[in-house]
Amino acid sequence: MSRRDISLTVNGKALSGAAEPRMTLLDFLRDVLGLSGTHMGCEHGVCGACTVIHEGQPVRSCLMLAVQAERQSIETIEGLAGEDGSPSVLQDAFRDAHGLQCGYCTPGMLMSAEALLRENTSPTDENIREAIGGNICRCTGYTQIIDSIRLAAERLREASS
Amino acid sequence: MKAVPFDYVAANSADEALSALTDAGDDGMVLAGGQTLVPMLAMRLARPAILVDINRVAEWSGIAMDGGAVSFKTCTRQSAALTSSDMAQNLPLLAKALPLVGHQQTRNRGTVGGSIAHGDPAAEIPLVATALEAEITLSSSDGNRVVKSGDFYEGPMMSVREPGECVTDVSFPIWEGGQVGADFQEVAERHGDFAIVSAAAQLQWNGDGTCVRAALAVGGAGGTPVRLSDAEGVLAGSAVTEESIADALSGLDGALDPADDLHGSADYRRRVARVLMTRAIENAAAEARGSTT
Repeated sequence: MSRRDISLTVNGKALSGAAEPRMTLLDFLRDVLGLSGTHMGCEHGVCGACTVIHEGQPVRSCLMLAVQAERQSIETIEGLAGEDGSPSVLQDAFRDAHGLQCGYCTPGMLMSAEALLRENTSPTDENIREAIGGNICRCTGYTQIIDSIRLAAERLREASS
Repeated sequence: MKAVPFDYVAANSADEALSALTDAGDDGMVLAGGQTLVPMLAMRLARPAILVDINRVAEWSGIAMDGGAVSFKTCTRQSAALTSSDMAQNLPLLAKALPLVGHQQTRNRGTVGGSIAHGDPAAEIPLVATALEAEITLSSSDGNRVVKSGDFYEGPMMSVREPGECVTDVSFPIWEGGQVGADFQEVAERHGDFAIVSAAAQLQWNGDGTCVRAALAVGGAGGTPVRLSDAEGVLAGSAVTEESIADALSGLDGALDPADDLHGSADYRRRVARVLMTRAIENAAAEARGSTT
């Protein structure tokens, strides 16, 4: 099938590329736009490694087609750091609280956590568990990831008070 | 893990969608939230020639209260349903079930109509629809028809929907006028995964401590969600005691037709179904007794 031109906003920038209708948003981000920070895990919606923020809400990019993102807004892991490349509060917290080991699940974990903290900077541990309930990590046992998100929330509250 | 090539139509209106589906005939599939269809495409279990995307059809999204029911237009996101106050106040059983549907990341895309149309026998929304006798509207270029949930499913992921038709509305009846309680129980490998076995119960009480109405259904233990009409008849008119629950569920094993798979044997599913159904009835009864509405 012929390729379609797709124009969309990624991390606030207008970008475009061409893809067959069967190409997922995940493959489009990685292979067409060159944004390989979004990780490909299971490719069928189970692991959460490919989580991105679509129109303000966390979704799995392996379960959207690239053509569906026409004229829509996507945020990826590449958009979290500052303009100068300095890590965000959330990314720093993951480093400080050892919220990652191999790093494979990390982009998905960060985007799920980012969506949570935008809605709620005082999440309970239950809120955090629910927010990352769709993200699988095989290294950490999750405890340090929950610690990291709690730490980021504390720092965000301190910064805004 | 890459889909076969297919053509893609992004419909901007109901007319466009239905006309594209008519043109596509047997080769067409509807793309709603895609949370089940896109994995099926990736695994090449689904091989459509044409995908008709209904996500931009504005008139097929939204929640309405009408005529004693809460209606979900087909493309209503599961996350929108979950946060709807009309849903929370009027459909206690669906309110218990929706948090168990996938994860936040999938509920943000997954739709009410898509789950109904796909018809996985272990899925939560079809089970609630079966228990409550939801009405499902099927639309095509020729018009609309309304099918009761009990007549909708023919087998696992098979329904009476014809090529060229699209589920456009799912309408759940509101139980008016009395104390209503509900509970949804399931066993899954991980919270949010498809249930291995699930049980749904909604009960209504009258003022003198008698159950006047019951809706019961079991998922994951047959090719379609299984409604327990006989058990409903036993509970209605009873005080819902340990004895009457056991009595109501005496024919449960015969009503179920579970399969063996790597998650559990058929025998395991029967035993879990009994435990979960008992628990769901007890919890629904406790909620109905305690409710003041």
